[in-house]
Amino acid sequence: MRLLAALSGGVDSAVAAARVQAAGHDVTAVHMALMRHPAATRTGSRGCCSIEDASDARRAAARLGIDFYVWDLSADFEDLVVSDFLNQYSIGRTPNPCVRCNEFIKFQVLAERAQALGFDGIVTGHYARLEITQDGQVVLCRALDMAKDQSYVLASAGPEALRCCLFPLGEVGSKAQVRAEAEALGLPQADKPDSYDICFVADGKTGGFLRERLGVKPGPVVDQSGVVVGHHEGAYQFTIGQRRGLRLGRPASDGRPRYVTGLDMANRVVRVGPAQALMTTAFAGREPVWLDAAASAQAAAADGLTCAVQVRAHGVAVDCLVRAEPGGLEVHLEQPLRALASGQAAVFYQADRVLGSATIEH
Amino acid sequence: MPDWAGCFLTNWPASGGGPGGVILAGGIEQVNTKRPGDGMMSQMDGDIYLDYAAGAALHPAALEAYASADVPANPHALHRLGRRARAVLDQARADVAEATGAGPAEVIFTSGGTEADGLAVQGIYLARQSGRRRPYLLIGATEHPAVRENARLMESRGGQVVEIPVDSAGVVSLAKLERHLVRHGAETALISVMAANNETGTLQPVDAVVELAGLHGVPVHSDWVALLRKQRLDFGASGLAAVALSAHKVGGPVGLGVLLVQRRVGLEPLIGGGGQERDVRSGTVDARAAAAFAAVLRQDLESAAELDQLLTPLDELISSHPALTARTPAWGHLPGLRNFTVADARGETMVYLLDKAGLAVSTGSACSAGVAEPSHVLAAMGLDQATCLSAIRVSIGPGTTPEDISRLIEALPEAVDRAQAAESGPAKPKHSRT
Repeated sequence: MRLLAALSGGVDSAVAAARVQAAGHDVTAVHMALMRHPAATRTGSRGCCSIEDASDARRAAARLGIDFYVWDLSADFEDLVVSDFLNQYSIGRTPNPCVRCNEFIKFQVLAERAQALGFDGIVTGHYARLEITQDGQVVLCRALDMAKDQSYVLASAGPEALRCCLFPLGEVGSKAQVRAEAEALGLPQADKPDSYDICFVADGKTGGFLRERLGVKPGPVVDQSGVVVGHHEGAYQFTIGQRRGLRLGRPASDGRPRYVTGLDMANRVVRVGPAQALMTTAFAGREPVWLDAAASAQAAAADGLTCAVQVRAHGVAVDCLVRAEPGGLEVHLEQPLRALASGQAAVFYQADRVLGSATIEH
Repeated sequence: MPDWAGCFLTNWPASGGGPGGVILAGGIEQVNTKRPGDGMMSQMDGDIYLDYAAGAALHPAALEAYASADVPANPHALHRLGRRARAVLDQARADVAEATGAGPAEVIFTSGGTEADGLAVQGIYLARQSGRRRPYLLIGATEHPAVRENARLMESRGGQVVEIPVDSAGVVSLAKLERHLVRHGAETALISVMAANNETGTLQPVDAVVELAGLHGVPVHSDWVALLRKQRLDFGASGLAAVALSAHKVGGPVGLGVLLVQRRVGLEPLIGGGGQERDVRSGTVDARAAAAFAAVLRQDLESAAELDQLLTPLDELISSHPALTARTPAWGHLPGLRNFTVADARGETMVYLLDKAGLAVSTGSACSAGVAEPSHVLAAMGLDQATCLSAIRVSIGPGTTPEDISRLIEALPEAVDRAQAAESGPAKPKHSRT
């Protein structure tokens, strides 16, 4: 097959490309330029947007002997990811830009260009297992290495986009194995550190980035009884469950720590309360995307769908009951979860298999 | 290792490509045609090189001169061995002077065309500030970044950059130049207008610029990097104060350039040091590289008209294909270069598709991290940003054959269709998430 391997500059995507190449496919590498003017001096590994990442990707492709190109997707990235990121914060939600980048940039813009240019599929270094069953169903499962599992950030891409993908790292036992493969292949990034930060926030300080792009919008911090206990410079800087950075003048009457429990963006009010106020046993899910048709049908049936739900990238899944409602889903949790943030993804699992996902509305 | 193909089904249409589908596959299979011996080494196995404007392969005469140059010591040393090296450098200087109509003392070796442009623009500007303040640097709107950015650097030294507008063919407006000179000639430090544009091949009326400038006593620098060896340069007769040249565009080594400067023109150095070249350019000169460049310049000039005629089939395709628009003027252009834009497509996609078909072309404009910047040249000619990002530059040289151009003509229409299809996809969310 003619495959397009998306090389971020990191070790995972390079080894993924090497694996499909070794399997005999015709592989071409592409590095997505997501920022038109990347911070040239940025060091270390902060995602896939720096000049050194582009250079690492180019060196990996050269090492593997595959054609390498840079595609400028910066306009799409700004429109579909960065603008949305700012917009979501400004309306009091907590966006997940990596989920969105997968959904709209990698598995939509990139995939469509690849298709138009004659490729049969795209290859990425995501840790997840993907299978197409005999009857054509797309089955997405957690990676063998649970510590690296990325099925959570892939779920919302939907079955049609995933159908064109290959995730060669889903079956590896551990990251150490990937690094060993990279070293054996002589890939320059064998020992490059993993990236965790948001790639377009150059210094890793999201608060500063938001303040710079959204401006200072001061307002009060109020407790559960409505008493003003402090002030802030922009409610968008806070996320549900946050404790640090509140800088409250006086302690709570019960002496216990206070957390952000709500954001009223229209009135610029940040609400705080005790830890127990963060616990949730139910939430709504907007815009569900189903990978498993049977699960979708079950959610719509009278009994609802019994499964597990994961609400953050590195969280554990908890048992739940999902019911389809007009306009979305209603999710009842078996055990309460802490600090659910609107805008984050809820991904439904049955054992290792991804059933579907929705956006949390809480 | 699992068999990936086994767990992978595609819903992409079979007609959309795949093995044996398109130009990509077809092209690659056919690229291994050997080129007739032409004196230039092929750059890549089987690939057709159509990017001479970015740099030519090392000329065999250059390689021979580099390897055989008798340079046993630093050419600036005073001992016998140093004098042997110096003799090589002096001979190279004399050869360069001879080939360009300059005097040997007017030849300053630099690290390349960029440094030559920088030394001329910054050096003349700064030297012209003594006695009287002359803030204006007049540059053509389509100048190479080596001129434009060096002029802009002078803004921190009191300089004021004025761009001379160009018409839709990219030719500078002599009327606008004259208007400026009439009002501010006495406050103008220098004018810089390139001989031929590196992206579009547009030739500039340098003689007329020199004549106008002469009336106001303003020195003129000209970047000759693109035009070197396409047209005979007679520096002495040109009236130009300075001319920048680069070795690797014509088959010389990378890392060597020349600034020709009239002896009476004052220059301030870019960087301090030993002042090896005319007390103004510091650093040991690479005598071997200078000899290699001189060896190229000693070669007979090829017929520029013959070279340009090779591109006639491409001209015909561009004028007949509805999606293609020529951006190189039909008359008054650099021989062997064509720039055209592709409607509803990206230049980078075209470069990719043609590369896959074994044809090395360029978008013509500068890249950062491999991403094409919108061409400032085409923007100055009045084109919108999308069109500026859709340009393709084809530039040929001594190794190019009629068969190479036929291959390009065959591959282009399919590449245009593909590149347009790649843009037509919806670049917006399938389902909205607000």
